[in-house]
Amino acid sequence: MLNKIADYEPVVGPALIQELRLLAQHLKGRPMQHVNATAVGGGVAEILNRMIPLFLDLGLDARWDVIKGGERFFTITKKFHNMLHGRKEEISQEDLDHFQEVSQMNLKEMNLNADFFFIHDPQPIGLVHKKGEIGKKWVWRCHIDSTVCDPFLWNYLEGYVKNYDAVVFSAPSFSKPLSIRQTIISPSIDPLSDKNKDLSPEMVDQVLEKFKIDRSRPIITQISRFDYQKDPLGVIKVYRMVKRNIDCQLILAGGGATDDPEGLQILEMVQKEAQDDPDIRVLFLPPSSDIEINALQRASDVVLQKSLREGFGLTVAEALWKGKPVVASAVGGITLQIAHGYTGLLSHTIEGTAYYVKQILHNPSFAERLGKNGREHIRQNYLITRHIRDYLLLMLSLEKEGETIYL
Amino acid sequence: MSNEMNTTSFKFSTSLDLTETLGRRAKNLQELLLHLKEVPPSSVYYHTHRFLQQHQYLSPEPPNDFAYWVKNVLGDKVLGEKLFSIDILQFGDIESLRKEIVRTLEEYINLSPDALMRFASLGHEFYFMKSVQFILPLPYEAHSLEEFNEILRQVTIYSIYYHMFDARLRLGKNDNDFSMWLKSCVREEKLAKQISKLDPYTHTLEELRTKICSLAEERLHA
Repeated sequence: MLNKIADYEPVVGPALIQELRLLAQHLKGRPMQHVNATAVGGGVAEILNRMIPLFLDLGLDARWDVIKGGERFFTITKKFHNMLHGRKEEISQEDLDHFQEVSQMNLKEMNLNADFFFIHDPQPIGLVHKKGEIGKKWVWRCHIDSTVCDPFLWNYLEGYVKNYDAVVFSAPSFSKPLSIRQTIISPSIDPLSDKNKDLSPEMVDQVLEKFKIDRSRPIITQISRFDYQKDPLGVIKVYRMVKRNIDCQLILAGGGATDDPEGLQILEMVQKEAQDDPDIRVLFLPPSSDIEINALQRASDVVLQKSLREGFGLTVAEALWKGKPVVASAVGGITLQIAHGYTGLLSHTIEGTAYYVKQILHNPSFAERLGKNGREHIRQNYLITRHIRDYLLLMLSLEKEGETIYL
Repeated sequence: MSNEMNTTSFKFSTSLDLTETLGRRAKNLQELLLHLKEVPPSSVYYHTHRFLQQHQYLSPEPPNDFAYWVKNVLGDKVLGEKLFSIDILQFGDIESLRKEIVRTLEEYINLSPDALMRFASLGHEFYFMKSVQFILPLPYEAHSLEEFNEILRQVTIYSIYYHMFDARLRLGKNDNDFSMWLKSCVREEKLAKQISKLDPYTHTLEELRTKICSLAEERLHA
């Protein structure tokens, strides 16, 4: 069943929903088109899946399309992704030529017809060529932590980026010296989605039973794609340090996305590392596992997000929304979600992460306070309703001049 | 104008902000000072007010971005304290607030030149931002103190923020919108003064709502 904007009133209050409706009236009937690289898996697809019906419900003519590309194309764009994160990758002229060929093919095949285009991440970035033909407003939405982006790649991408009307980053540190407007819009979670909605204790028990997880001992969990940047091997080291003092269990759970061919290799490495310890559960979950993820987060005593680089880290927001104490790396958008000591704990090393996990497990009242503050911080700043508001404001700002706009 | 003072009713509005980066970053105090002198007033406003809308729980964290960065990233607790204790209510416009922040930084650097040797690591620099502000009229109008109190309980914290903060500092009025209306249109001078005297920078917006509503109720039941 498609979600409606009114469904969010009990979560954020009727006055905030009314403000959204009033704002949306200024864009009533206007067509907006989102384009990304995958319909399933990963944070971008997840947000768009929930957001498009809400834009429609608010009276905008919103649609979402996905570009096509073969394995070679997605291997190249995965390299782009890694290089935006600052990782060294070999990229050849043939790779760049293939990227352009696929962009051209998508330009021919895709029906690009809107007043506002939101192009998500580098894979479909080349679609902006259409702007020369049809005009309209074009926004490049970069979800990736590009703080230490490879200069060669950025130089290449900038050739596309400069043709957009605005670029949107998730955190200020991702921004670059550019001649076009740079807006900061954090992504969000949907409190009513299967992944975040309230679950009965019976439902949580049922899921834990399904995975045969012992409820009598503390559970440390990291939910994320099996990706080098999420440092799953580092998480196992953290767990082993904690295990010296506390008889705990570790759950590493996540899935893969169709645009991430590297995921299976990482999964194998993690499984090999964990094979001799029955208290480490490595769960490779299919895309339809939202209820399972929700239950695993709710059953956890501590949630980790030990990323080496992070776009935003939606799993942090998910755990905080469930009132869980979170220990996460001080990278990317995580630092926006966690104020150290108030809405969670920020760490920089494996040793530090292990220390904080022990601190939380030994102090339930401290854990509860972190979780309570964390939930309110997410309610105020990182729910889908705020995200929709920011997109509406961005569209309005592309058509109206000035720092103060009277509607 | 946020509400029409030439009528006797109070028209509620709300303020919604879109954040933009200016592409300027500072990794030490010298660079912070340099950019601070040049950025548009909207950037100074953004960095001294953002926390009010984003943090709805009380914490002893420094209440402005300059102070937070100096204390938590550069690790200079003394300067951090000097910056967060600047009483924003004492300044009638952004330029005089900017001057005070600049003066505080310059004075500190003169007395402790070693402070310039503290650097932020990559990704933790100070990023100068500003916001584009959208003012949206709400379909609420109060003709009496009773109606005012009733509506104030319903609107979002963004509306309260707009009438309490934006009106005074960003739009250059002498007082907050609520007090101006109460004084000039419904002749509630005492209540207007009580609201003017509240230090909004040491409350969360929800607390501020509760405080104003209880003051209004006290007056209604007097």
